[in-house]
Amino acid sequence: MSGPAVLGERTPRDPLLEVKDLQVAYGAITALRGISLSLGQGEVVALIGANGAGKTSTLRAISGMLRPKAGKITLRGQDITGKKAHTLLPLGMAHAPEGRGIFLNLSVEENLQLGAYLRKDTDGIQSDLEQSFGFFPVLKDRLQQLAGTLSGGEQQMLAISRALMSRPSLLLLDEPSLGLAPQIIEKIFGILRDINQKGVSILLVEQNAHLALNLAHYGYVLETGEIAMTGPGKTLLASEEVKKAYLGE
Amino acid sequence: MSKDALKGPLPVILALPVLALLQVTLQDHDFLIYLTSLVGVNVILAVSLNIVNGMTGQFSIGHAGFMAVGAYSGGKLSLEMKDYALSFLPHVVSDQISFMLAILVGGAAAALCGFIVGLPSLRLKGDYLAIVTLGFGEIIRVIVQNTEAFGRALGLSGIPQSSSLAMILFWVFLTLLVAKRIADSSHGRSLWAIREDEIAAEAMGVNTTGYKVRAFVISAFFAGVAGVLFAHFVPIINPGSFTFVKSMEVVVMIVAGGLGSTTGSVVAAVFLTLLPEGLRSAFSRLDDPSLAQKVDQIRMPIYGLLLVAIMLLRPQGIFGTHEIWDRWKKKPKGAT
Repeated sequence: MSGPAVLGERTPRDPLLEVKDLQVAYGAITALRGISLSLGQGEVVALIGANGAGKTSTLRAISGMLRPKAGKITLRGQDITGKKAHTLLPLGMAHAPEGRGIFLNLSVEENLQLGAYLRKDTDGIQSDLEQSFGFFPVLKDRLQQLAGTLSGGEQQMLAISRALMSRPSLLLLDEPSLGLAPQIIEKIFGILRDINQKGVSILLVEQNAHLALNLAHYGYVLETGEIAMTGPGKTLLASEEVKKAYLGE
Repeated sequence: MSKDALKGPLPVILALPVLALLQVTLQDHDFLIYLTSLVGVNVILAVSLNIVNGMTGQFSIGHAGFMAVGAYSGGKLSLEMKDYALSFLPHVVSDQISFMLAILVGGAAAALCGFIVGLPSLRLKGDYLAIVTLGFGEIIRVIVQNTEAFGRALGLSGIPQSSSLAMILFWVFLTLLVAKRIADSSHGRSLWAIREDEIAAEAMGVNTTGYKVRAFVISAFFAGVAGVLFAHFVPIINPGSFTFVKSMEVVVMIVAGGLGSTTGSVVAAVFLTLLPEGLRSAFSRLDDPSLAQKVDQIRMPIYGLLLVAIMLLRPQGIFGTHEIWDRWKKKPKGAT
């Protein structure tokens, strides 16, 4: 196994998340064959790749929803390999799962309150709620509506806001563009940039390589369970291979 | 003393005189007492199963197994203690104390089984969990059927008839109280989150396995209590009382009442317990009273038809997820 092709220079940052030789298997089927990646404080890292490349498995292993077969995951130097999701949230890592995973039968407000499930500081929760409304004003108008009656884009906004309600330092996003209109996607990615500027690091899994690499400081290209290429977002975007494989140019 | 300190025991204190009054009024109506006791036991079973199947959304169909564990362990204990009495107390009081002990032991035994079954199997979802719980119920029945100490197929007889109406209704009340308190607590909201979307609940930081096992254990405890109460007012318990049919009966109750609604579970349990009796008296007025003796067989297709009708006309059950007390509940603070 030769290592991934590394393009360009990475701006050095304090490490926040470190993944080493992560392997994930579903029974006899191997999804990840030992991938390594890192994410620095305040960085947006994109993980791109085709269907079945292992993007979601990576994210789920990091957030503790899957038990990795081998490898090591550290958050701020602390070993979190194989820890359950509910113990990771207090450490500042929130996960907005694929397909949004919001509670369709609960109101928007209740969904947001569930995001603050592990928090006890009422005042802080209220101010974070206000902050979410700042990012996504439409949620404030829909507060009492059932989440199932929201449009797809609004549901995605709700999923992101809800993940932010735990006041994470690291936000894991699984395909926020899934099934949304290009205009809405652009709006959401713009807000992700704002969220990042407020100091939240983001690990973004996307099929929409163009948008993801545009937003990301650094990117990894996954191919059938292995990292094929890494480099700063803009550099990857300009590389011939990525253009050919993911951007259809 | 603050208002909150009273809030805990207050409902119990209020309920006791009502129960005592019921006990005195119904004293001379044996059949009524028997019927009410049966209704009470079924209500406990339905409300407790609703904590798992309704509130948490995990489909368990082995509730009769937990009931059997309670009935046999509590019944056996009472049989052994039959000849002992606390000498410094009057007979009645001493009997009730050993009965209470049997109830707690039966409940605890069932809860323990719930923990042992629940811990590995609650990782399973949907149909798979249903199959495991079904298997558990059958295993318990087969074990009992082949154990000399439990009287094999003949069952246990001679268990002191210590179940009083007040005691059964007291436990009904306690079950309802616990179910309501769970539903209104943050524990209950975690269960709802699991029911609605397990992955999302996990992402929110809900310890899904932990909450599922806890719900399962609480539910098993009350099923065990129902079993002990049952064993102490029917003349004989045998494996035939705790078959798959019994489990299904309870499932039909909660599905008909509305999965997740405690009110629905109670209403459906009362209705479906009284239904065979109603049929019996209706049939006996017909020209051919032989039908009345076949009610036990006739009620099964009726249950089936009822379930089909409910699924077609009102798939969420009679009450859906609503509760009767929702009507007078104050709006939560901060709601606009």
